Amino acid sequence: MIQLNDLVKIYPMGKRELRVLNGINLAIKKGEMVAIMGPSGSGKSTLLNMIGLLDRPTSGNYILEGKEVSRLNRVDQAKVRGQKIGFIFQSFNLLPYLSALDNVLIGQKYAGRSNPKTAREALNRVGLTDRIKHRPTELSGGEQQRVSVARALAKNPPIILADEPTGNLDSHTSREIMAMLTALHKEQQITLVMITHDPNIARYCQRIIYLEDGMIIREEVL
Amino acid sequence: MRRLFEPLKTAWTSVVTHKLRSFLTILGVVIGIASVILLMSVGKGTEASILENISGLGANIITVRGGSTTVGGIRGGVGSANTLTYQDAQAIEAQVSDILGVAPTSSSGMQVIAGSQNMFVMVTGITPSYLEIYNISIKSGEAFTHYELDRKSKVALIGPTISDTLFAGDDPVGKKIRMGNNIYTVVGILESKGESFTSSDNMVMIPLTTLLGTMARSVTSSGEHLVSSIIIKAAEANVIESVKEQVTFLLADRHKIPIGGTNDFSLSSTDEITASIQSSMQTLTLLLGAIAGISLLVGGIGVMNIMLVSVMERRREIGIRKALGAKERDIWGQFLLDSALLTFTGGIIGVALGWGGSYLVNRSGLVTTLVTTDIVILAVTVSVAIGLFFGFYPAWQGSRLDPIQALRSE
Repeated sequence: MIQLNDLVKIYPMGKRELRVLNGINLAIKKGEMVAIMGPSGSGKSTLLNMIGLLDRPTSGNYILEGKEVSRLNRVDQAKVRGQKIGFIFQSFNLLPYLSALDNVLIGQKYAGRSNPKTAREALNRVGLTDRIKHRPTELSGGEQQRVSVARALAKNPPIILADEPTGNLDSHTSREIMAMLTALHKEQQITLVMITHDPNIARYCQRIIYLEDGMIIREEVL
Repeated sequence: MRRLFEPLKTAWTSVVTHKLRSFLTILGVVIGIASVILLMSVGKGTEASILENISGLGANIITVRGGSTTVGGIRGGVGSANTLTYQDAQAIEAQVSDILGVAPTSSSGMQVIAGSQNMFVMVTGITPSYLEIYNISIKSGEAFTHYELDRKSKVALIGPTISDTLFAGDDPVGKKIRMGNNIYTVVGILESKGESFTSSDNMVMIPLTTLLGTMARSVTSSGEHLVSSIIIKAAEANVIESVKEQVTFLLADRHKIPIGGTNDFSLSSTDEITASIQSSMQTLTLLLGAIAGISLLVGGIGVMNIMLVSVMERRREIGIRKALGAKERDIWGQFLLDSALLTFTGGIIGVALGWGGSYLVNRSGLVTTLVTTDIVILAVTVSVAIGLFFGFYPAWQGSRLDPIQALRSE
């Protein structure tokens, strides 16, 4: 499903350069649930952005479903991102002036799959049936994260990328969200890649990848 | 449906969410559009009222005036010398084809006295065809005929304004009025033609022969009676040019102008006057519009300014949308729609204000104003175009933002 070969990302920092990713080789199978852990600055987010086609590698290959995608032009990358990848962010990243339903619909729109019926179903699935008209500011953190799960879900992507999805939530709500993601992963065979600091959260996954200084230092299969 | 609706809804939401900012943004456009509407309506209104005045001149009318005096090489104005004669008019009537009527005329300012009232008026000497050409009808009494003309009778037709002033409601028909050293009998009152500078409402008309008889130096050395102008009505609009040629040829011949010499008379037709006034009024309207257009330009720059701010403020939103798979043209279109919607709203408000202002100006009686549909359509189109034009750069900037940095921003 996802194959990264010798992925390198260098950011220019004035006269010096910053090697954020330093030769990542990683293969993730379809339907796998993977956690990425590591200290801050280890390149976790950059790696996730690479997989999500928000960033381009300086060198190396990224093969997604058998196709090299790291060198696609911006429009094609946006297309792939819209159709194949659902993002869940630590800070939810909902559009503040749109209702829960409209937020979900926007996700579908950019995937070219606008469908109010499946959008509603996705919100039902995350338990927000009676909240679809509410704006993000009228929802709790857990509810907002559930909207963003629904948003990722509603466009039916093969891959969901989550950047510390529970980072802003209390432990109880975190468990709820993780239970939900785990269930979804099982039901729909979604490939799920997640960054987390919390070993308890990482334990929900099938494999944990430890990153340090832009390199994978260890893998743990659970 | 949703595809189109969502961006529009988003754009509208962003306009409404930032009410004050939106208002300030479009204020320039509002003022610009309102002044375009107002100033152009003044231009159009003035044009319309002048043209209405001119239509009182009648259609297909050619006026022949005497030539200018030349004293010591300095040429005076057209008509400053009487070179046309009563006999010229008769010759035109007899020899020129495609004409409906010829009316030689002269006029002279005189003090008119009736009982204890008096006023200064233009006394016009006319022949009966004058009334036909200008379509002037008689309200009460009767017009004089060739009988009175031949006898140089002292009879007068008076306009309704004069009738009201001198006779204050009494029926003036049959009453006497005094002009100069002569006593005239009022034989009829003219129907009102409305207020305009060509109106016959404050004219006194007497037989041309009578007028000529009272004026000094009104006869040429060859014994012909001088008149100030000859009015000719052409049969239809497309023979005006041919009639003018025939008249020019005939008069040049009669006045013994050598070939290549300067004619001692000039011709003008109402359609020429209308066309020239129309074109100068259009220039005025355009000029007024251009002045207002400058304020629109300033307004547009204001829009660009705020749109740039708005793009910076909404960086995070741009990042989110890009992460969801929005292409650059989606973002670009969104901001463009935003600014077009803003200026469109401004345009509508501006049209309403301009229209209202134009109505008030019209009511004040200062100038006549006229708001035409084409100005309104133009103004609204221009306001949207301003939004698209000045929103272009900010929208492009927004669409090029790096999604990762955009997501990181607060």
